[in-house]
Amino acid sequence: MDFSFSEEQTLLRNTIQSFIQDNYDFDKRQAIVKSEEGMKQENWKQFAELGLLGLPFSEEDGGLNFGSVETMIVAEEFGKGLVVEPYIQTVVTCGGFLRRASASIKEKYIPGIISGEDIWAFAYAEPQGRYNLNDLTTTATLDGDHYIINGYKSVVSGGPWANKFIVSVRTSGDQRDSDGISVLIVDKNSEGLSIRDYPTVDGSRASEITLENVSVSKDELIGEEGKGAELIELIVDETIAAICSEAIGAMKVLNDATVEYCKTRKQFGQPIGKFQVLQHRMVDMFMQYEQSVSMTYMVNLKLDEEYAERRKAASGAKVQIAKAAKFIGQSAVQLHGGMGMTDELNVGHYFKRLSMIENSYGNIDHHLKKYSSAG
Amino acid sequence: MQLGFKEEDIKFRDEVRSFIKETFTDDMRKTLSLSKNGHAGKDLHVKWQKSLYERGWMAPNWPEQYGGAGFTSTQKYIFESEMAREGAPRTIPFGLSMVAPVIMEFGSQEQKDKFLPDILESNVWWCQGYSEPGSGSDLASLQCKAENQGDHYLVNGTKIWTTMAQYADWIFCLVRTSKTEKPQEGISFLLIDMKSPGIEVRPLITLDNSPEPHQEVNQVFFEDVKVPIENLIGEENKGWTYAKYLLEFERGTAYSPGLYRGIKNLKDIARDTSIGDGLTLLDDNDFLNKINECEIQIQAMEFVELRIFSALSAGQRVGPESSILKTRGTEIGQYLQELAVEAIGYWSHPFVEDTFANVNEPSIGPDYAATITPEYYNGRKTTIYAGSNEIQRNIISKAVLGL
Repeated sequence: MDFSFSEEQTLLRNTIQSFIQDNYDFDKRQAIVKSEEGMKQENWKQFAELGLLGLPFSEEDGGLNFGSVETMIVAEEFGKGLVVEPYIQTVVTCGGFLRRASASIKEKYIPGIISGEDIWAFAYAEPQGRYNLNDLTTTATLDGDHYIINGYKSVVSGGPWANKFIVSVRTSGDQRDSDGISVLIVDKNSEGLSIRDYPTVDGSRASEITLENVSVSKDELIGEEGKGAELIELIVDETIAAICSEAIGAMKVLNDATVEYCKTRKQFGQPIGKFQVLQHRMVDMFMQYEQSVSMTYMVNLKLDEEYAERRKAASGAKVQIAKAAKFIGQSAVQLHGGMGMTDELNVGHYFKRLSMIENSYGNIDHHLKKYSSAG
Repeated sequence: MQLGFKEEDIKFRDEVRSFIKETFTDDMRKTLSLSKNGHAGKDLHVKWQKSLYERGWMAPNWPEQYGGAGFTSTQKYIFESEMAREGAPRTIPFGLSMVAPVIMEFGSQEQKDKFLPDILESNVWWCQGYSEPGSGSDLASLQCKAENQGDHYLVNGTKIWTTMAQYADWIFCLVRTSKTEKPQEGISFLLIDMKSPGIEVRPLITLDNSPEPHQEVNQVFFEDVKVPIENLIGEENKGWTYAKYLLEFERGTAYSPGLYRGIKNLKDIARDTSIGDGLTLLDDNDFLNKINECEIQIQAMEFVELRIFSALSAGQRVGPESSILKTRGTEIGQYLQELAVEAIGYWSHPFVEDTFANVNEPSIGPDYAATITPEYYNGRKTTIYAGSNEIQRNIISKAVLGL
C-alpha cells in the first residue's frame, strides 16, 4: 500500500498550481464569471497546451493515458481556484463516454477534445427524473440509418459553452426501465435543437435543451442500442470521483482561510481563534476535510472494481463529501461573520460551489439509497 | 395549566385574519414572493404599514399614550402569530421597535414630538448604525467618533451592515464621544438626518446577490457630518445604557408561527416534486421524516414561546432565557431553508440576479425555485447578526447557568 504521489504526479500538481496562481486569483476568476461568455477561451487553450485535455485518453488516441489519480489531482487543484471552465464535463464525463466508444467515434471526436477545439456537455437530467439516471422521456427512434430524437434535457452543466452533447435517450422500454437506454452524440447546430442558456448560482453556466425531431446518424451511437444504462452509471461514478476531488480542493481553501481569519480578527481584545467554541468548530471542519480527502482517494482507487464495490465507493464518497461540503461551507461563513456574507469575499463563492456539489449527480438521500441497495 | 384561547381572543384572532385577507393583497403576496431577502422595495412596506396605522395596529408594543395598539399580551401574541403565519410583510423594526422605545424612555419632549408620530405613520424611514467593520460581536469597541463642538457634534467614521439604509431618512447611531478605560462608558446615542452633508451610503452585495436597489445591507460613511446637539438622546456617554435597554425591549419575539409557515411551504414544494412512479417527494420517507423532525423542533419552540408569553402575561420578567428563542429560532429557520434547497433538487442551480425584473420568458423550473437557494444563502446571516449564536450561548451559559 502506498498513498504517496509519484514525481510525475507531483509535477502535474505543480503545473496546475502555477496555472491557478498566474491566471485564476479570485479577482480574475470573478472577471471571467461576469464576462459575457462566462469562461475564458485562452484558459481552455492553455489546458490544451499543458496536455490536460488529453489526460485520460490512450496514447493511441493521442492522449497521455493517465488514470483517475491524475484526474483527481487536476480536479482538486481546479477546485482550489474555483475554475469554471468545463474540464470535468468535457474531459472526464464526455471524454469517459468517447474513450469507450467505437474506433470510428474515437477517431472522429477525441482529437477535437485534446486540441481544445471542442467543448462537450452531458445532457442527461430531465425535470421529472430527479436523480434517477434511468428516468427518461426523451426518446430516439430509428428511422432508416438515423435516430430521430424528441425530448427535453434540464440543467445541462456547461451547456452554453459546448458545441457537442452526449445525450441519454430512451430507445425502448418504459420510462424508468434500465433496459432500453441509449447514448447518442448530438451536435449543437443540429436542426430541431433549441437551447436556453443561463448562469448558475456557483458562477458557472447551464442550459435547458429542447430536442424536436433532431436527426442524428446511427453512427453517433455510443455502445450498444438499449444497453446504455450501465455505461452511464459508470461514467457518472467517474464524474462523482472527479467532483469529490474538486470539492476537497474547495474545502481546503475554506478551512485555511477560516483558520487564518480567526487568527487575525480581534474581538473582546483577542483574536477570535482563542475562543474554544470556535477552535472546536475549526477542528471539526478539519476532521471533515481529512475524512473527505480519504474518501476521495478511496473512490478514485476503486473505480475499476466490480459493480457493487464501485457503487458503494462512489455513493459512499458522495455522501461524505456532501456532508462535509455543507458543514465546512456553512461554518466558514459563520466564522467569517458579516464578511462571510458578502459577495466581495471569496468565502461565499466557495460555499456556493460546494453547496451545488452537494446535490450534483444525486444528493445524500439518493446515494444512501444507492449504497443500501448495492448489496 | 391549560391550552387554548378565551372566546374574546378568538374573536380578535378572526378580526386579524380578516384584516390580513383584505389588506395583504395578491399583488403584495406576489411581489414579496419574488424577493430573495424578504424585502420588497420601500413602496410595498410603506403601503402595508400605513394600512396597519389606519387600523390602529401599527405599534402593538407601544404604550397607548403614543398611539400603541393597546393590545393585551395575549392579543399581541395572536397578532404576531397571524401575521407570521400568513407571511405578511414584517414591520420595519428600526424606527418602530428600536429607536422609538429609546426616544420614549430617554428622549426629550421635543424629540418625542418630532419623531414618534412620523414613525407611527411610517412617514420617516429609519436605519440602525451600530456595527462597524472592526466591531461586530464586540459592539462596545466601536470607533465612529462624534466630537462635541458646542452647538453640534462632528461625526467621522463608518457603520456597516446597515439594513436598507438606501431608503432611510434618519439613522440612529452609537458613537464614541470620549475615550474611557471601559469602552462602554464613552458611547453616546445620536440621531442623524441622512440628508446631512458628508454622508455616503454604499451598497454591500451579499450572498443572495440582490442587485441595487434591492440590496439588504449597506456601509454608511460619515465625513465631518454636523449633527445638531439637540439630536443627542439623553446624556452624553450614556448611550450604552440606552442600547441595552433596547435589547430588553426587543426580547420575546415569537419564531414558531413563521417557522410553521416554512413547514407548510416545504410540504407544498415536496408535493409538487415528482420522484417517479407517480410519487412525490412527500411520499419519500427519508424526506418526510426530515420535515416531521423539523416540525417537532418547531413545536418544542412554540411551547417555549408560550411559556415565556404566559410568564409575561402573569407580569413576570423574562430574562436571558429568551436567548433560547434567538438561538433555536434561527437554527431551525436555517434548517428549513436547507430542506427547501434539498427539495427542489437541480432547480437549486439556476441563478436569477434580479427576481423582480419583468421578463417574458417562463422561469427555469417551477416559478418558486429562483428565490429558494438565495434565501438559503441569505439565511446564514441569522446566526451571525443581532448577537451571533455563539454569543447567545455565552449569554445563556453565563446568565442562566451561572457558568
